[in-house]
Amino acid sequence: MARIAGGISTSHIPAIGGAIAKGLQQDAYWKPFFEAFPPVRSWLKEVRPDVAIIVYNDHGLNFFLDKLPTFAIGAAPSYGSSDEGWGIPTIPPVRGAPELSWAIIEGVVAEEFDVTTCQEMLIDHAATVPLQLLWPEGNPPVAIVPVAVNTVQHPLPSPKRCLALGRAIHRAVAAYPVDLNVVVISTGGLSHQLDGQRAGFINPEFDRLCLDALVADPERLTGYSVADIVELSGTQGVEILNWIVARGILGAQVRERHRTYHIPISNTAAAVQVLQPEGLKNS
Amino acid sequence: MTRAIPGTLLFDGRMAIKGYALNKMCYSFNDAENRKRFQADEEAYCRKYGLNEEQLAAIRARNVLALLAAGGNVYYLAKFAGIFGLDVQDLGAQQTGMSKDAFKAKLRSYAPSGEK
Repeated sequence: MARIAGGISTSHIPAIGGAIAKGLQQDAYWKPFFEAFPPVRSWLKEVRPDVAIIVYNDHGLNFFLDKLPTFAIGAAPSYGSSDEGWGIPTIPPVRGAPELSWAIIEGVVAEEFDVTTCQEMLIDHAATVPLQLLWPEGNPPVAIVPVAVNTVQHPLPSPKRCLALGRAIHRAVAAYPVDLNVVVISTGGLSHQLDGQRAGFINPEFDRLCLDALVADPERLTGYSVADIVELSGTQGVEILNWIVARGILGAQVRERHRTYHIPISNTAAAVQVLQPEGLKNS
Repeated sequence: MTRAIPGTLLFDGRMAIKGYALNKMCYSFNDAENRKRFQADEEAYCRKYGLNEEQLAAIRARNVLALLAAGGNVYYLAKFAGIFGLDVQDLGAQQTGMSKDAFKAKLRSYAPSGEK
């Protein structure tokens, strides 16, 4: 049976991709963020995942406002990327896991989550930057299942709905009758705001509350509306929705294996968190 | 979406209707060929996408707050800004009326004291 081995959540700021391309990992500005990753990579080497479910938000590469799904699940054989309009480095196409994708789609639709399915799908920096951070040598040794959450056009799905979707994905993966190690990568956040007179807003207290709640009490985050999160975390701070979906996928109890929190990277409070389901041995 | 959050405009259905042509043009900038066409003749490119006067003026002025007010969505506008090599600190500085250095200092000021 498929086994959920753990989750890695990380900010996905596009400038990180630029810093990787320029080799700035040891630069004083970037080092506090990049030094989060060696222990995360060691953990991944222990876990040896076959598949990564990537929960992220598309920033206007694959989806335009003509057709904008609230939740979309990729079911493609491979996923390409693009420079997105500002010359961001691309990565070679990443292998898909269409059979697992369809098992997840069937599972969540049976639980009344009416998702959009994509047999062709471009992934943007929100998926490619984390893959580059986790496997800097290139060619990630995993197949991927992208799960895209609308954070572009309001109304967005509520934190409550996002946690419930994650739990439905958890049940679909747990029931998948193939021996696979699955990790969950969720991306974005934490607090930041790019647009409006409040641009540059960051809220470390709320970020800490979220990081703590994701470990021990994810239900606490379902008490917030999307408007609450915008107010407390910024217009793009709503990317925490991706982390909430991922927390649902991990199951009931987790322990925290790693946390990094650093201000600022670009306009953002950058964070990295590794959570591992309780009851799994991982020495 | 009725809650007022200071300095914040939520991109909802009302704004999505208002900004559709502008955002559609900015979405086209995913393609490098389209960025070249825009740069070769901005006015003609904007007309092809049917931008209204408010949007045209905001594009000419490279004014982020005016682009947002005209229905622009920041994720699509970022592709417009990218043509000119502007990053999100440039956009933040312009929107807050600060110098880029002052805006970056403001971001750093959020770091919890004692952070390494």
